[in-house]
Parts: sequence; C-alpha cells; structure tokens
Amino acid sequence: MDIPYTVKPRPDTGLYNAKVGIWLFLASEVMLFGALFSSYILLRVGAEKLEWPHGVLNVYIGTFNTFVLISSSITVVMAWASLKMNNFRNFKIFQGLTIMCAFLFLGVKSYEYSEKFKHYTLVLKDGRNMTGHVEVNGKTAFFLNDVKLNAKGHEIPEFTFHPDPVNAISNIPLEKTEPTAGKGEAAKGEAKTEPAHETHAEAGAAHHEAMVIKSSDVKRLSAFVPAHSTYFGIYFCITGLHGLHVLGGAIVMFYFWMPGSKMWRTEPERFINRIEVSGLFWHFVDLVWIFLFPVLYLL
Amino acid sequence: MQSKSHDTHQHVDQSHGHDHHHEELGFWKKYIFSTDHKVIGIQYGITALAFLFFGFTLMMVMRWQLAYPGKAVPIVGGLLQKLLGEEMVGKDALGHIGVISPDLYNSFGAMHGTIMVFLAIVPLAFGAFGNFVTPLQIGAPDMAFPRLNMASYQAYFLGGVVMFCSFFIPGGAAKSGWTSYSPLATVSDLGHRPNGQTFWLIGMVLLISSSLLGAVNFITTIIQLRTKGLNWMRLPFFVWAQFVTGFLLLLAFPPLEAAGILQLMDNLLGTSFFLPSGLVVAGKALGVSGGGSPLLWQHLFWFLGHPEVYVLILPGMGIVCEILCNNSRKPVWGYKSKVYSALAIGFISFIVWAHHMYLTGMGTKISTFFQTTTMIISIPSVIILTCFFITLWGGSIRFNTPMLFALAFLPMFGIGGLTGLPLGFNASDIALHDSYYVIAHFHYVVAPGTIFALFAGVYFWFPKATGRMMNEFWGKVHFTFSFLFMNLVFMPMFFQGLAGMSRRMYDGGATYSLASNPDSIAALSSSVIGLNKYITHAAYGLALAQIPFIINFFWSIKKGKKVTSDNPWNATTLDWQTPTPPPHGNFATEPEVFRGPYEYSVPGHPTDFTPQNQK
Repeated sequence: MDIPYTVKPRPDTGLYNAKVGIWLFLASEVMLFGALFSSYILLRVGAEKLEWPHGVLNVYIGTFNTFVLISSSITVVMAWASLKMNNFRNFKIFQGLTIMCAFLFLGVKSYEYSEKFKHYTLVLKDGRNMTGHVEVNGKTAFFLNDVKLNAKGHEIPEFTFHPDPVNAISNIPLEKTEPTAGKGEAAKGEAKTEPAHETHAEAGAAHHEAMVIKSSDVKRLSAFVPAHSTYFGIYFCITGLHGLHVLGGAIVMFYFWMPGSKMWRTEPERFINRIEVSGLFWHFVDLVWIFLFPVLYLL
Repeated sequence: MQSKSHDTHQHVDQSHGHDHHHEELGFWKKYIFSTDHKVIGIQYGITALAFLFFGFTLMMVMRWQLAYPGKAVPIVGGLLQKLLGEEMVGKDALGHIGVISPDLYNSFGAMHGTIMVFLAIVPLAFGAFGNFVTPLQIGAPDMAFPRLNMASYQAYFLGGVVMFCSFFIPGGAAKSGWTSYSPLATVSDLGHRPNGQTFWLIGMVLLISSSLLGAVNFITTIIQLRTKGLNWMRLPFFVWAQFVTGFLLLLAFPPLEAAGILQLMDNLLGTSFFLPSGLVVAGKALGVSGGGSPLLWQHLFWFLGHPEVYVLILPGMGIVCEILCNNSRKPVWGYKSKVYSALAIGFISFIVWAHHMYLTGMGTKISTFFQTTTMIISIPSVIILTCFFITLWGGSIRFNTPMLFALAFLPMFGIGGLTGLPLGFNASDIALHDSYYVIAHFHYVVAPGTIFALFAGVYFWFPKATGRMMNEFWGKVHFTFSFLFMNLVFMPMFFQGLAGMSRRMYDGGATYSLASNPDSIAALSSSVIGLNKYITHAAYGLALAQIPFIINFFWSIKKGKKVTSDNPWNATTLDWQTPTPPPHGNFATEPEVFRGPYEYSVPGHPTDFTPQNQK
C-alpha cells in the first residue's frame, strides 16, 4: 500500500497531507512566537520606568523592511498562481523576486544589527551617562565592554568616545545594578530617581565632540548587544529567531526555484503543492514581522 | 495473508526516490535510517527503555545517599569516581571510595527527572507505541511523513546523547532540578561556561523539536490516513489518546522552547531575562543588567509542564483501554464519554499550570482561578477511570500478563490522582508543597501508573512486532514483584511528606531530625527518617524485579513461543488484522472498516470477537 493523499486531497477533509502538516506546524509556531511576545509584555510591564529605552531603532529602515516583506508576500502568491495558470516562466520570475526580497530583508537586518554592535552606553564613575560610538586606536570598536577593557593581557588603557547628539535616545538603562549588602538598595534608588535624559543632556551639552576616556574611569561600557539590557535581549532574541525563519524559508524557496523545479516536468501537481506549502510558511513569517515591527519599533 | 505480504514489499513510497528496491535495503537503511514507522517505533522503544533504566540507576545512587548519608556507595562507588572525578565522588570516614557530593546528588536528581520524563516515558508512550500501533490501528500504510518521522527520532536520539554527555563535562550535569528554575539554574555553575545547564538547554531544544515534528506527523496521520469506513467514532480509544497527546505536545511544547532559548541566552550571552535586578551570588554582585523576571520562567515552564502530565498519562490510558476490553471480552463502557473526556482533558490542561506556583506569591485571585480549573480537570479523569472499572463488570476476564499490568494501573492511577487533590487546593498545598508527599503523588501517577501501562503494552504488542509471545510465567513474576515493590517504595513517602520532610534533602532529612534538634517540636522523628532505609531497600528490590523482564524481553525475541495466528489475543482492532510481523506498507490491500472498535461477545455471533474489517 502507498501512502494516500500525498498529492490529491482527501475527500472528507479537502486537504492533502502536507497542507494539514504545515498548518499544524504553523500552529506550533504561533505558540512559539506567542510565548516570546508574552515574555516581551511581561518583561516590559515589569521593567522599572527608566529601564525600557525608546527611539533606539531606526523606524525608517524598519518601515522599508516591512514593505520588502509585504511585497514578497504578494510575489509568493503570484508565483503559486502562475503555476496554477500553467505559466512556468512567470513562476520563475516571481519566485526569484520573492527570494530577492528575502535576502534584501536579511541584508537590511544585518546592517541594523551591525549598527547596534558598535553603538554604546557609557557610564562613568562620576555618574555621567552617555550613548555614542567608541574608537580604539583610530578604529571603530565592535562588541567592546567593561570586562574586555580590563581583560588581563589585553588591557585597553583609554579610548575615544563620540557621544550622540542630545535626546537621540531616551530611557537608556543607567548602570549595572550593584547592590553591596545593605547600602545597595539606597544607591540603586538614587540612580533611578535621576531622570536619564537629563544626565544625558548634560553630558551631551558638555561634550559635543569626541572625548578621550580613561578605562579606569569607566563604570560600565556596553554595546547594544543582548547583554546590554532586557530590552536588547528580547529584541535580538525575537528578531534573530524571525531572521532564522526568513533564512530557512529563503533556502527552501531557492531549492524549489532552481534544482527542485525539475519536478514541474514530472509531477506538476505535487510541485504546485510544494510551492503552496512553502508559501503558507512564508506568509506566516511575514505575519510575525507585521507584529514585530510595531511592537519593537513603534510602541 | 502471509503470501500477500510479499506483494506489499514492491509498493514504493513515492516521497523518497532512493527506496526503489525495498528488498535490497542494507542494514543501515533497514534498521538505522529507516523510514518505516514500525522500525522507528522499535528504535524509540529500545532507546527509551535504555534511558528508563539509566534514569532508574541514577535514582538508586541517590536513594543510597538518602538512606545512608555520607557512606560510600557500595559496588559502583569506585566506578563512579573514575567516571565523574574526585570532585564529585569522594571518600568516607573509613576511606571507602564512593561518597557522592551534594553537587552530584543535585545533578542526579535533576537528570533523573529530565531523563525519565523527556527521554524515557514520553518517547516510549508517544514515540514507540504511538509510532508502532497508531498507523496499524487506523489501517494506514505508514505515517503521513515517513522521513519527518525518521528526523524526529534522530533529533530525539541526539538530544539524549547531549544529555548523557553532560555528566562528563567539567562541573557535571545540570543540577537545578528538572524544572531548572531561574535564577538558580543560571547562577548554579558560574565557574564553567558552557556548563551542565547549557547542555541541558541544548538537549531540551533538540528533544522539543523532535516532539514537535512527531506531533505534526501523528495528527496529520490520524486526520488524513484513516482507512475507508473508519470514521471518528470508530477509532480505537488508543488512537484518540494519541491524537489528544499530539495536540498537547504541539501547542504546549513551543513555550518551553521559547523559554529554553531565553535561558540559553542568559546562560551564554549574558542577558537577564530571568535574572532580577540586584542579584548577589556568593557575596558578589552578579555582573548583569538585571531587570528580568524569575516568575516568567516558571510560567513558561509550567505552561508546558502541566499539559506534559497528560502527555504522560493519556497514552497509558489508551493502552490500558485496548487491553482491558480485549481481556475482559467486553465492549468498552462509555466509549463516547471517554472520548469527550480525553478531549476535555486536552483543553483544560492548558489552563491549570499555575497550580504548581501557589507558593510563588503570584496572588490569591490567580490562585483561586487555577484552583478551580484544577478541580474541574479531575472530573474527566475520573470519568475515564470509572468507565474502565465498569468495563470489567460482568466480563470473562483473562488474567494474562498484559491484563495484570493493566488492572494494576487502575488503583495505582487512582491513588496518584486522588492524592493530587490536596495539592490542587492552595490552602492545603501550603503545607504539602515541596515535600515527599508531592514525590509520592506524581510517582504514583507515572511509575506504577504510566509505566505499568507501558509494560502492559510491551507484553501485549510484543507478538505483533516479533511474531513470538513473551514468557507468561516470568511475566507474572515481573508483575508481582514490581507491583509489590512499587508500593513499598512510594507509599511510605506519603507519610514522610505529611510529617514535613522536604523533597530536596541531600542527607535524607538528618539536619532536621529530632536527633539533631532535640528541642524542636517540628523536627522529624526517627521513625520518619528511618523509612528512608525501607524505601531504599524496596527500590533495590524493584530493580531486581526488572531482571526477569529484561531477560524475558531479549530471550523471547529469539526463543519465545511462536504465535499461531496473526491475532493471538483474538482482538478486534485493525492492528491485529495484518500479517505478523507487518511488512513495509502494513496491509496487502486497503482494509475497510464496518464497525466500532470493541465488538466483543456480540450476541448471535459465532466468535466472541468481531474484527472491525469484518462485514
């Protein structure tokens, strides 16, 4: 006996096997991203007032990427429809456009990521708190932090800091919480009551241009990486997982575009099903971004 | 039947082109990288049984420490030290090697839970029985996605390897309980990165992915591949149980996967999703940003954790149902109410999770909600159990080994279920939480409950898988002593728990004993502490009782009594209407179903069973 309904739909459900399978898989994906969004909400609601930064992400780039993905949602349907209308040439074009959109999205996303990796929060021991860029020996530094500044054998005695213009970003977390037994709570409370943007403004006003900082004066230095704050943690986690989904989808669609498209000649119906199933997955990936964009960039 | 079975070999599964010559499959394709659901089921079964045994040996070492705190583990002490290092296994006052350290005790405890739940019971109940039996019972040639099925076994196996290897890395395996509560799980082994917890998380992500692939495959198979005439109300209860289990895995596991990813980031990238601000570890401030929520981990964990309990028990109920009907020669009582109860369990199990968290201070209003739903979910479980008991009424019962295990399941699961009620009420849970009472409660559900159902299933479907029966006499010996020792192990734990003994005591409660605290009115009396020794000896008895099973299992594969027909138990469901053992593709022609699954002793019928595919 062969496995039935691999290509033709089962009469009473009206679906072929892979279509049931992909919908179930998407249901589990909804739970996966649902859990991450719930975590985002819980972490944000539980965050101290000044711990959740605003304006860190570039809304224009995000909007552009949103349009890229929405366009790919259209082309992915057009690719499937072309096959349904027996037009293989158009399929090749639209599928190619979809894959192009996918890689354009990933390219823009990696540009956004790399911008974050060289953008810093700097807290000095005198209480000044700034965001900006770091240069070590004339080169822009990525992924630097206060632990690396003092790493044994690789100490960096000083670096150049280019502060951001005033009020570019608000609510950047002030400093690493450092409760030393007993006094800790009071010290923390003090730091919290001081509004972030004020210190920021002060610092910015005082130092518009580059300043040379001694590593021994640094209280905390952190690039905008996951460890920077819970906000960046969840940002990188959700967008990273979403990016992996985009990459996975793009690889599968590339396979159907080039080597896998041979199936069109031997089993056209099965090939159309494949395009449909991968398209369903692609729509889901788009949909996740439609939620991600407002939640992370706008709210 | 037998001659027809050869024809089916030539049928080729379209979805994989490399399989064009089934008869010439080499050893690797046939047994290791097989896409046949029966082979995969057996792979799952053997791997899971091995992990079941491994998890049990971890517990035996822990039980020694509880009964004889600070004394060297006999026999295997030296071996343990060689394998795990001198940091983990030390010498006692007399110079004997084999005293396990608190860290090792903790990691054995955490890994015992993880291995038993995620690597032994679920793969055995869902992976092994689900894979082997479900397609046969619905008259399908295979699972809907055979290669996905293979991938899910491989992901499971890899997850198992990662978990197993974690014992031998610096710092040892995960040691923060099978629940891995943060921040403990993140800060418990700061000296090592990656540490046991990292391995645990990577292993879990693999196991969860495996379960997700399996769940997609099972549900699709049951929806799409039911044979002609097999409508939903003609499905055997076993298939219904697997169906609901599939949905639980599909929808409850992803949040734990999300939680696992977040904790992995806490562990490797220095984020603080589950680390609150101002955390001080060993007198030093932890260098992280803070701002996370430990409660978030618990919510995400138990959102899986509670449906997981039903993942553990539902397939067991399915197996028991098949065996009870078959061996009491009666239709199941209340088929529809059982099906609806299983579905109700499935839905409600998603809204009871926080009854594990009454003592986290999440608030009385939330506790009240979860207490209410917890009481409601006990109703469908009681309906199913009641239907089982009434099914026996007036039957002509055959007391063979599978039936004995299935019968024992009923009171054991009953004890386990009823003792859960005091834990579900948040007032009484305050006293019982985190005590040995909890251990006794859930082990009664899972050990003499689910594991007995799984043993019943092994004895029951063994002849279908191998064509030979397992030995009845040794089966009964296995049953009698397992039943006796299971109760001797777990019953005393109720009393220890009620006396207030904490479940996480490395020294078996000696620190809080009356002997060490003569003035305390709340100290544990010597009779409560003394129970530790009885329990430990009973656990070793339980281990001995498994020897007949292990020998019987392997001996019967080669030397067991050959079955005389394809249907040795005179059963009605489709799994017994195939050749024995079923060939690749299972059925020679597509079977057609004309009746319900349990038509035993139909008046006026020549035999006392009417197969589903008989007109």
